[in-house]
Amino acid sequence: MTGRSELDRFLRTDPRDVGCAQAMEMLHIYAELAAAGDPVQARYPGIAAHLRACGPCGDDFDGLLAALRDEAT
Amino acid sequence: MMPGDSGVDQTPAATARLDADSAEWLRVLADAGPRRDAALARLHELLVRIARGEARRRGPRLQLAGPELDDLAHQAAADALIAITGKLGQFRGESRFTTWAYKFVIFEVSAKIGRHFWRHPSVPFDAEDWDRLPGRFAFDPAQEAEWRDLLAALRRAVDEELTARQRRVFVAIVLNGVPLDALVIEMAANRNAIYKTLFDARRKLRGALAANGYLPDDRSRCS
Repeated sequence: MTGRSELDRFLRTDPRDVGCAQAMEMLHIYAELAAAGDPVQARYPGIAAHLRACGPCGDDFDGLLAALRDEAT
Repeated sequence: MMPGDSGVDQTPAATARLDADSAEWLRVLADAGPRRDAALARLHELLVRIARGEARRRGPRLQLAGPELDDLAHQAAADALIAITGKLGQFRGESRFTTWAYKFVIFEVSAKIGRHFWRHPSVPFDAEDWDRLPGRFAFDPAQEAEWRDLLAALRRAVDEELTARQRRVFVAIVLNGVPLDALVIEMAANRNAIYKTLFDARRKLRGALAANGYLPDDRSRCS
């Protein structure tokens, strides 16, 4: 059932999640490494967990990554 | 680990070695007179470009376009420039200077979009529209008999397990679709505080649903 698994996915919390403050503090480092192809999810699992769960921080990461990639082209 | 309660997985060195471009940015911005003015103008131009790109990227979801979008980008760039010049001493060279600076303008775009939401709110943030929940999680109306009990249990858990603040945040974000950054403004809080409140609410609700057999109990699966 799609709805049940969607709800379950939303309610699940990852104990590694560092929260917005830490993720925002590190976002420039994380995004620059990601843009360079570094395995950031393995290097910073707590930030990766947060960016997966937090829509606003995930959106900020996508935006910063897009800016870096645009600049590189 | 609770969000915001502990450190990042890997703390970078306090001060990394600066690349040449970043060192030059810091040098001219710490300068006085025309060199600094020229650097500020160049940085502002970069920030406007990034802000425009970011506002355009998010624009379609927000029904923002034209002069309104451009105005938001300019305001974000101006505010980011103030934040950056005020925090130059905090730049530790862990990324390029421009990457660090772009982060501020992305945050400013986010914050301004949060404010923009309240100009045309689709629902009052504290209304409780439980009928939206099946659509929010893509429950199939044809199979209502299978999920009606689950959602009733969720509603009971929201009523019985959450604190007043957790319930308020859950209702605004999950039932009413208020963006988290917009709720930050409404509740005069910060993003981390609202996220942590929702994080704790999610964990409590899942625990209650799992304990009553509505969702898989991970603890029993691991034992």
